[in-house]
Amino acid sequence: STWFWSTEIRDVVRYYEPLRKPVPLYEQTVKDEKGRYQRFHGAFTGGFSAGYFNTVGTKEGWTPATFVSSRQQKAGRQNARPEDFMDEEDLGDHGIAPRQITTTADFASGRKDVIRDKARAITSLSAPIPGDTVLEDLVAPARSSMGVELLRKMGWKDGQGVGPRVKRRLCKQRADSATRAFGSASPPNGSSESQDEEDGEFVPENVTFAPKDVTPIDFTPKVDLHGLGYRGLNPLAALRGGPGAGHINLFTMDSDRTNSLFGEDRKGQRRRGGVAGQGFGVGAMEDDDEDIYHRDIMSNYDTVLGGEEPGNGLYGWTAPQQYNRKKKDAAYLGKILEGFTLASDKLETKTIFPPPNLPRDFRPVHYFRPVVDLSSVSPMVAQALQTSRGHMAQEEPSKGGRHQLDSAQRRELLGEATLQGADCSLYSSETCRHNKMSLLNPSRFAPHAEQQQQEALSVWSGPTAQAQTGQTFKPFERTPHKQARYDLYIDQLKQGDRDALELSLDPTMTEWERGRERDEFVRAALLYKPSSSSLSCRFTRGKQDDGVEADTVEVTRDQENDVDDKQAAVKMKMFGKLTRDTFEWHPDNLLCKRFNIPDPYPGSGFVGMPKVKRDKFSVFNFLTVSESPTASASPAPQGNKQSVPLYPDTFYLKCYREEFQSVGALTFIVYYQIYSLFNLITRLN
Amino acid sequence: MSFPQPKPEVPQLPQNLLRTIDCQQGAVRAVRFNADGNYLLSCGSDKSLKLWSVSRGTLLKTYSGHGYEVLDADGSYDNSQLCSCSSDKTVILWDVATGQVTRKLRGHAGKVNCVQFNEEATVILSGSIDGTVRCWDTRSRKFDPIQILDEAQDGVSSLKVSEHELLTGSVDGRVRRYDLRMGQLHVDFINSPITCVCFSADGQCTLTSSLDSTVRLLDKSTGEMLGEYTGHKMKGYKLDCCLSSKDTHVLSCSEDGHVYCWDLVEGSLMLKLPVGKAVVQSLSFHPSETRLLTAMEGRVQVWGAEPEETEEEVVVVQQEKA
Repeated sequence: STWFWSTEIRDVVRYYEPLRKPVPLYEQTVKDEKGRYQRFHGAFTGGFSAGYFNTVGTKEGWTPATFVSSRQQKAGRQNARPEDFMDEEDLGDHGIAPRQITTTADFASGRKDVIRDKARAITSLSAPIPGDTVLEDLVAPARSSMGVELLRKMGWKDGQGVGPRVKRRLCKQRADSATRAFGSASPPNGSSESQDEEDGEFVPENVTFAPKDVTPIDFTPKVDLHGLGYRGLNPLAALRGGPGAGHINLFTMDSDRTNSLFGEDRKGQRRRGGVAGQGFGVGAMEDDDEDIYHRDIMSNYDTVLGGEEPGNGLYGWTAPQQYNRKKKDAAYLGKILEGFTLASDKLETKTIFPPPNLPRDFRPVHYFRPVVDLSSVSPMVAQALQTSRGHMAQEEPSKGGRHQLDSAQRRELLGEATLQGADCSLYSSETCRHNKMSLLNPSRFAPHAEQQQQEALSVWSGPTAQAQTGQTFKPFERTPHKQARYDLYIDQLKQGDRDALELSLDPTMTEWERGRERDEFVRAALLYKPSSSSLSCRFTRGKQDDGVEADTVEVTRDQENDVDDKQAAVKMKMFGKLTRDTFEWHPDNLLCKRFNIPDPYPGSGFVGMPKVKRDKFSVFNFLTVSESPTASASPAPQGNKQSVPLYPDTFYLKCYREEFQSVGALTFIVYYQIYSLFNLITRLN
Repeated sequence: MSFPQPKPEVPQLPQNLLRTIDCQQGAVRAVRFNADGNYLLSCGSDKSLKLWSVSRGTLLKTYSGHGYEVLDADGSYDNSQLCSCSSDKTVILWDVATGQVTRKLRGHAGKVNCVQFNEEATVILSGSIDGTVRCWDTRSRKFDPIQILDEAQDGVSSLKVSEHELLTGSVDGRVRRYDLRMGQLHVDFINSPITCVCFSADGQCTLTSSLDSTVRLLDKSTGEMLGEYTGHKMKGYKLDCCLSSKDTHVLSCSEDGHVYCWDLVEGSLMLKLPVGKAVVQSLSFHPSETRLLTAMEGRVQVWGAEPEETEEEVVVVQQEKA
């Protein structure tokens, strides 16, 4: 026996074993089951173990068989089997004659040899006597299973199908098989009156036939890479002679290839099994005469893939095909490709959508619309242009058409539901949108001056403008006269005066200058109009670049009531309305989550109390004011200006605190709400 | 046959000194009950926070980590976390069992006067002398506060948190109540610096004590004054005030070494506990029973309704019987 001594083979299973420490050399020993060290002789040449402690046999040594033969007792035939000379090691698992336990033939299942059984089954169908494997039964005892025995006892014969008898004509098994079956139908059970003739066309009535047996379907999967139906070279056909002897044609479209494989002789086939051909001659017993003087013809070597006929076989036949169609047998078709059969369902046909029907007068040319200012052309033209765009609704030219819509408008037009949530559109106000549009497209739509004036008026005389205290932008700061005129213009706009523009112009200026100023004022009014309160909460004005210090501060929108009143109330112990103030306060969304309460202002973008921008004035600008409860002195940012006159009785004080980061430091800045605020600013600066 | 109605319990006052605990922490700046009233937190001027058992009076754990005096502390509802604030401008979140600092929240610009957990211990709210109240998130790992409430114009001396409201008292003389559910801020003008604010148990009133030696009970919704309690001395120090567990009495510390106890409805002085000679700095009422903690100088006193002696007597009698 041979042992293989090598490093530990790591197969897939042992790969996941934990690694063991390497066994040192002196521990790499092999002991057999009795604890004896194994010595491997001839290890480099395969190795063998030499018996018992390198001796043979047993402790006593190899005991030869005794041979005693006397006259009284003749010695029996000593048949020495090789197993006699083998020891346990040889008979073990890795020996030369390993023993296994197998089932005997009596108890073995019938699926001993699958391939052989299948072959027998297929042959039995096409054998001379269907279902009867005569030859093989002669050779070996056919062991049939108990089921087969039972069927036979009930009248079944080999080659028949199993099931109720059918009343139909039994199809011919092989149409072009060389040897016809004896009678095309198996004789009916116990009935001798209906002996079929050879032609088989005439079927007597009241005759039932056994159902056709099922062709055993080959379920072996295709695991190779050959083409479908490829079977390779048939060795018998290769060695056999025949008409194509010497040249093997692999591409015949025979349907009987199975037959040729499994040994059915065709008519005119040459000798089987052996070799045939011109070189091998003909034996004396043979029937057929081999053509001794066989000449090889070139046509044997003419093979065209895809058939010999050129073209599609129609030979120019252009008439409708139904006159030329060859009727193919369905069963025949099914055998073109082995393992395949005609499908029962049709393949899905793709739905093809035809192209649209073009109108009669369609010309595939596109003319782009001319860019035309709608207000400068006649209304008829404007109307035509509008409708040509495909709009049914007559939109204002100022709206700019469908490119200037915002999402809210589009939603309206489309009829969609409003999105849930705060509308954060910055351009929700109409004037904003128009403002943006006019800013973006100054060249495309050059609005009329009058239009602009109208807009300026509408913007500035609206309620938001009125609420705005204090103008924060002075476009003409450099020229105070101009600024003054501009302020006057703004005032009058606020009042809703339609002739604001004309009135505010300086009559001393030339006509041209006046015209220019007019345009400037209007544009400035539009560009720097007051924003609505919702926007002002979100935006803060940035610091101006030209060095003017910031004069606004962000303070809370809601302010407390007068402290003095409250103090008086406390002194009188009248708590309640007088001492209490309530403000809107926005908690942070995360804070609400942590407190496990719903956010009271889900859409608000800010936290804390809402803040607005207010102009900031240091108290030290107005030195004549005496009622300033300032705690600490802060340096006057603008120094001592000339004393500022007059605060009418309508003025009132409010205290605001400016925030500082340092601990404990508080500065009060007095803010005065002044009606003509911008005049004051100009005087200060 | 119907059973007679149970007699209404006479409200009991914590008039008996049960125990005095010497905290060894320097001066005890604040003493607090935990959520269930079994444990006691004492904040010392030696930068330590100590956890005591109320019934036995034994020290359970000391928490060190602050850099300056510890001014206030609060325990979470499940007794797993503590928060404390200090003059070192930090708020520390402690793990009770291990004593480790879970979070050290920095951000205040000045010493932090008051700190409290919200009901589910997900937010720590702290008020500081810089005038801001910061809401810190205990769940996340961020070190920034969720929101900073800076409406106060002077330092915030005291704050209390309820389910959906935050009550702050500021030195600018105003009590601000932030209603998170309604999204509103209510400001009540008191006109003198406020030292302590607290909610009533039924959530209808607020109690404020101010430096004009007056404790006022205000209605939460209207801001009207429902009661005024005077007699004690509170002129310069930030001292605590509280309501009893059943809202029957108003208690306040005083600078004359006593704890004053008034009847809530009538406003009459019911009890004047003689704590000591020095200023009684802090007090805390048990959440459910009649038990009071007071802190004076370096010691904490535990007051109860039943005197300590009766409990000892019971023990003695049983031994004799055996």
